[in-house]
Amino acid sequence: MHPAFQGLLTIVVGVGGCVAYFYFSNQFLDKVLLPPKGPNAGRNINRANQIRPWLFLFPAVFALGLYLAYPVFETLRLSLTDRDQGGAFVGLANYNQMFSEPKFWEAMRNNMLWLIVVPAASTGFGLLAAQLTDRIAWGSLAKSLVFMPMAISFVGASVIFKLIYDTRPEDQEQIGILNAIWLQFDGGIGSVLFLKLFPVLILLAFAAMVAYVAWLLIRPLTDGSAKGGAVISILRLVGGAVAAWIVFLSLRSIINIFGAELPYGAPQTWLTLPFYNNFFLMVVLIWIQTGFAMVILSAALRGIPEETVEAAIVDGANPFQIFFKIKVPQIMSTIVVVWTTITLVVLKVFDIVFAMTNGQWETQVLANYMFDKLFRASDWGVGSASAIIIMLLVSPILVWNVYQARKEMR
Amino acid sequence: MDNIAGKKSGLTWAVHLSVLLLVMLWLFPTVGLFISSFRTADQISGSGWWNSLFPTEQTIQLRTGGRDAAVQENGLYVVEGNLLTDEGGPGAAADISAFGVSSRAVGAFKVGETAEAGEGETLTLNDDGSYRYTSVEEPGRRGQRVFVTAETPPEFTTGNYSTILFSGFGNDNMSKAFFNTLTVTIPATIIPILIAAFAAYALAWMDFPGRALLIAAVVALLVVPLQLALIPLLKLHLGIGIGKGYLGVWLAHTGFGLPLAIYLLRNYMVGLPRDIIENAKVDGATDFQIFTKIILPLSFPALASFAIFQFLWTWNDLLVAKVFLIDATGETTVMTNQIVELLGTRGGNWEILATAAFVSIAVPLIVFFAMQRYLVRGLLAGSVK
Repeated sequence: MHPAFQGLLTIVVGVGGCVAYFYFSNQFLDKVLLPPKGPNAGRNINRANQIRPWLFLFPAVFALGLYLAYPVFETLRLSLTDRDQGGAFVGLANYNQMFSEPKFWEAMRNNMLWLIVVPAASTGFGLLAAQLTDRIAWGSLAKSLVFMPMAISFVGASVIFKLIYDTRPEDQEQIGILNAIWLQFDGGIGSVLFLKLFPVLILLAFAAMVAYVAWLLIRPLTDGSAKGGAVISILRLVGGAVAAWIVFLSLRSIINIFGAELPYGAPQTWLTLPFYNNFFLMVVLIWIQTGFAMVILSAALRGIPEETVEAAIVDGANPFQIFFKIKVPQIMSTIVVVWTTITLVVLKVFDIVFAMTNGQWETQVLANYMFDKLFRASDWGVGSASAIIIMLLVSPILVWNVYQARKEMR
Repeated sequence: MDNIAGKKSGLTWAVHLSVLLLVMLWLFPTVGLFISSFRTADQISGSGWWNSLFPTEQTIQLRTGGRDAAVQENGLYVVEGNLLTDEGGPGAAADISAFGVSSRAVGAFKVGETAEAGEGETLTLNDDGSYRYTSVEEPGRRGQRVFVTAETPPEFTTGNYSTILFSGFGNDNMSKAFFNTLTVTIPATIIPILIAAFAAYALAWMDFPGRALLIAAVVALLVVPLQLALIPLLKLHLGIGIGKGYLGVWLAHTGFGLPLAIYLLRNYMVGLPRDIIENAKVDGATDFQIFTKIILPLSFPALASFAIFQFLWTWNDLLVAKVFLIDATGETTVMTNQIVELLGTRGGNWEILATAAFVSIAVPLIVFFAMQRYLVRGLLAGSVK
């Protein structure tokens, strides 16, 4: 049978089946099982109303249970067994094996890098774009163009950026724009300005931002205004420590940048430069996710009460103060939502790495490591163990989302 | 309202400029791919795509007519013709600035001059491309080499698209993958909507014990990475005989799409006015009637939002298709997978890669620009809490 007919048939059967199921099960309930008439009419109506929600819910609950809930537990079970021994229980052997692989730690390190850089950059650019386009006449056109990469597949975006990073031999015309720009630099004053000073300024700004966050986290502990129990305090301390570490790393990279001898005049194969190639891959995801952040944050900016901004202007605040002291604090909760949503995307990032480097040259990430283990090495135990690691990384966000949703429903 | 106090903000121009810069930066990559897909392989490797919009000066190697075209005049062999418009030439629109007959001096002569090629050979080239070549001896079969430095106007071709869509062989032809992708996408978009709509109605407007728990479960499942589902479900599909194929991928996409669908639709349905539903109940409508006659039509915007999400997601998906659909024969390959294969096998053939990628990008882009309103609405409903 031709797949197109099969598809049509599936639509008809699927849609028809769903409609028929809902219609006839309701009919059955009302007409046959518990008819709202006769001596027990009142009781029947009550009972029918207790059963009916489950008729409506059954297909969805069944599909969710089978396709999302059951696999979580099955994966957990698989991660504790060995396929080669006929599925025998092996305890934590798979995890031990995984933890002893350098490739796994490389994937963890890269995933952490992605987790820091991509959500921060996407949210930052998104906020910038949202604020800038907010009050200008052609803002909606600009927004729609920045938003456009959202529709492009990760694979399509990988091709787009591979063209940008393309490298030709030295004696040929460079057709990748990055190399074409790179060859313009010759080590003169312009190069120092753009390739040393500019990155250093960006890193300094980033370090300052992180340091500020760390201070915000730690301050309530020192002046005794901290709310919540010991758990919150510990979380604050951990967050502060991580932030301090990031600041340290940024400052160290600044020194490295000044010390680095750049190979001017030679075309670079960008995707094979260890460590830095991670950033070239991240650019792809930042390019895609900025539009998302911009759309959400732009709606949040519109939702800010005008009075607060007007009051600030009357008090003589300049545009920067209005933005950072009036607007940003009011949309903080939305920023957090955007940040966590992009974090989720980053944790699952697979297509970009798979299509661009396939984890070579030290660009491995967890999702691609897992795919490698499952379908190339056919090692279901270690593959499942790495999937559980992804799940563990996601679970704080999961708990937070459920907590928020329950709070909102009350 | 930045200038509410009556003073025109000096930042206005800076804002316009930065937005322009940002938009150009964001468009630049896609435009590069788009333009490259309309260039021939030679053009792509000859110059960066950003140069293709302007006339380019390049040196090309051409040949005069050979022995067959020569006529004898006064004891000389003479070949006349036009380098620009003859076969292999760059076309009449090119503007010749210099020419040469040796690879060591490609621009030695100006237009209209007569070049001595040694051994009694001369070549005169005019600026319309016409030439006169004379030789004492009988010319060779392939004619004299001429290096022409000419400014050629921008030139584009749709040849890549006809290769990718119709005439290409093997992996170069995307038509099959295109229809496969379509076959995956449409049922995988429609079926979850229906299932989710009923469930969302129950979660929004029916009272039953465990409702809050179910909603919390949906929120939790929203973020479960689908990586966890790959092996257990593949085992399940292989176990119950579905195997790898369309049915499997439709079921998988339905399952993975449901949490978002239920979440979006429930949030929307909760906001519908309570009066309408209660009036209908008083008038004796059953829940089933209320759902099909009132809720479903009113929920159209939310249904459209989710449909776009699911469409984009299934169309752009690589992982689920690789695991649940594509078997060893590769008959059921989808476009994303074929592009990844092309990246491996034809990494340097940008005319093929760019066109293939753009064919797969085009449909989501059309959907995006046509239905952006619903997409934005869905995003807002799905993430702002």
